[in-house]
Amino acid sequence: MLTKPDIEPSGEGAAAEVGEPLVEATGLEVHFGLRGGLLGRFSGKAAGAVRAVDGIDLTLRKGEVLGLVGESGSGKTTLGRTLIGLTKATAGSISYRGQDITELGERGLRPLRRRLQMVFQDPHASLNPAMDIRTAVGHPLRIHNLVADDQEYEARVVDALERVGLTPPERYLGKFPGDLSGGQKQRAVLARAIIAEPELLVADEPISMLDMSVRAKILQLMLDLKRDLDLTYVYVTHDLASAKFFCDSIAIMYLGRIVEYGPTAQVFANPQHPYTEALLAAIPEPDPERALPRELPRGEIPDAARPPMGCAFHPRCPVAVAACGWEARDLRTLLENRWLELAPEAAAREKSLFADVESLAAESLSTVAIAPGRGHTPEDVLEYLRHLREEASEAEPREPFWRGVVTMHAENGRAVVEFAPPRDPRLSLIQATGVQVACHLREPVASTTGT
Amino acid sequence: MATTTLPTGPIEPTVSAAASRFGGLRRIVSAIREARGVPKFMLWTGAAISALFVITAVFAPLIAPYSFDTYRSGGHNFPKQGSPDGTHWFGTTVQSLDVLSRTIYGARTALEVMVLAVIFSLILGVLLGLLAGYFGGWLDRILVLVMDALFAFPYLLLAIVAGFVFSGISGGGVVTAALSITVVYIPQYFRVVRASALSAREATFVEAARAMGAKPSVVIRKYLFGNVIQSVPVITTMNAADAIGTLAGLGFLGLGIQPTEAAEWGYDLDRAIDDVNAGMWWTCLYPGLAMVIAILGFTLLGEGLNDVLNPTMRRRRISKVLLPAHTRRRTVTAPALPDVPEGEAAK
Repeated sequence: MLTKPDIEPSGEGAAAEVGEPLVEATGLEVHFGLRGGLLGRFSGKAAGAVRAVDGIDLTLRKGEVLGLVGESGSGKTTLGRTLIGLTKATAGSISYRGQDITELGERGLRPLRRRLQMVFQDPHASLNPAMDIRTAVGHPLRIHNLVADDQEYEARVVDALERVGLTPPERYLGKFPGDLSGGQKQRAVLARAIIAEPELLVADEPISMLDMSVRAKILQLMLDLKRDLDLTYVYVTHDLASAKFFCDSIAIMYLGRIVEYGPTAQVFANPQHPYTEALLAAIPEPDPERALPRELPRGEIPDAARPPMGCAFHPRCPVAVAACGWEARDLRTLLENRWLELAPEAAAREKSLFADVESLAAESLSTVAIAPGRGHTPEDVLEYLRHLREEASEAEPREPFWRGVVTMHAENGRAVVEFAPPRDPRLSLIQATGVQVACHLREPVASTTGT
Repeated sequence: MATTTLPTGPIEPTVSAAASRFGGLRRIVSAIREARGVPKFMLWTGAAISALFVITAVFAPLIAPYSFDTYRSGGHNFPKQGSPDGTHWFGTTVQSLDVLSRTIYGARTALEVMVLAVIFSLILGVLLGLLAGYFGGWLDRILVLVMDALFAFPYLLLAIVAGFVFSGISGGGVVTAALSITVVYIPQYFRVVRASALSAREATFVEAARAMGAKPSVVIRKYLFGNVIQSVPVITTMNAADAIGTLAGLGFLGLGIQPTEAAEWGYDLDRAIDDVNAGMWWTCLYPGLAMVIAILGFTLLGEGLNDVLNPTMRRRRISKVLLPAHTRRRTVTAPALPDVPEGEAAK
């Protein structure tokens, strides 16, 4: 499946768009508290929070297949789990058919679980090894008291197994998960998920642990099930090619936020956000002759406990502008990357200009006062930084960091670097395509002056 | 030549519904079947001795010549401190009781106490362990604290204290002895079960059960229990061996079962101490020997099970392939010896 997406349209097309809203999330946040060091553990004091999901608005229509796509740590799995109430939201609301499920407790959610099902990433781990297929697949029926007697139970289980292609069902009824292959297990998991007639199925990377040969089959099976049973899917994945094949609309996530959200065809044909562009560029090209030079994002996905200011993607973005939220941490990254490339002596000489580079690592510093190293004046530091800026302005591609620096001046024996005030990009609709994107570059002109 | 018969029609499931009910134990059975070498020897020797012990205990009234408190038969009393002879194979005690009968009935007492103690501690320990492991939080903290406190006591001391407490409630019988031993063993089950429940709780299939809408009680019964119970048989057999020793210890100190209620090896040993100085070896030898053999049997069984079931101890052997010995080099003798019969050449 990991091929360059073809030009053909996605699975079910845009016909499903007309459905009624099934699940609506507004301002959804899921923050996980962190325990700090040893002392913090004893005192039980939280040391900040990981913002796994950080302010998300979504509308899922009946019959739609929504893809949540992003790198590891982007919060896509947490969002998927929160949508069906498996993880508690710390703020915001999720309404399922008009009912706010974030307010329901575990007990109140139980009747709804029948309608909101989940398929987990690892088919080997999501079946109880000590339970045979007959019991495992039919267990939702028992839990929700959906069958009157054993015969009906058996018939429903056989029907579900047939639907997912485990035929003849009689052969699989008495088997244990250990006797099945990965693809068969995932089919059994799907059978268990659909047996209680759910409306919404959250599939968390359902094919990532499977062999290449069975991935397409499982996806096709899921599409068949959707058609037959009138399901709505949330498909969580990092695999863009399968998302393109499978999803009607797609939400690209980065560090707990949606950066681009729209119909799959539009997102793939005309990516708006630099992160989406980078993701699409990262899909390997099978033909080396046709391979294009790619600009993959630099560095790693940042720590969600200490997200960058402004647009979370700006430290990796090749086209970032002044308002993207530049801060002291980015200066540190810039310097360290430079010193890594220099000869050790040269790097040490440049490093001695600064008293403490680590002080730049603090969060959310829009103005930073740099103490010069021993035997250096603030002017030396400024001189050095200006020199860097000039060097960068000649290099190609342009280093976007310097766009964010407003002024550099000496003050009280320190070199002060001031960055442009950060602004959070908000999802805004691009009228022509129906794609929403959170990027300063794509904002309508009217709102640029706002906030 | 041999013909291959292909199965026609759908292959019927080989696992019956009854077997699937105890799916968790399926792995145990298959592991026992695969046992080889020393573990197999220990397992089967232990099983044989244990079976002997159980049979003796169950059929004690049929096997023993007299009852455990019989001191006269056929109109006259048994000899006092009589040495082993034709009528009293193992001799008699200072109270004119038949040592053979007391030893056999002692097995019965030991089995009763052992079974009760193991069942009580199994039920309580597994239940508490599951609850603490699954729910965590304050329940877990309190239970762990209590269990650790119990662990900190020397086990015999704990059994004595518990024995005192329970003897006030339920008298000096088998149940009291079993209960006081139960207190000692609950923490062992609790610890093991809690540890495996803690790790199983994080498993995806438990999460999946929650996502299905299963209640905690259902999750514990259907999803945790079967996966947690794997480690219990080993502790059970080890505890069974230990229970015999603890019971004897209590009896030796005169705190176990009242001598009027049942025959008890520990009590007999206590009474036999003075006899040893007088050169009477039979009153202490036979109960002591019985105890050693019973404990040995259950320990071997437990160790054997542990070796067989514990995946970190288990060594899967590759059985050596024995090839038939090299046959003589075949020499092709084509046209030179045309008169060799064809059948001979084929050999």
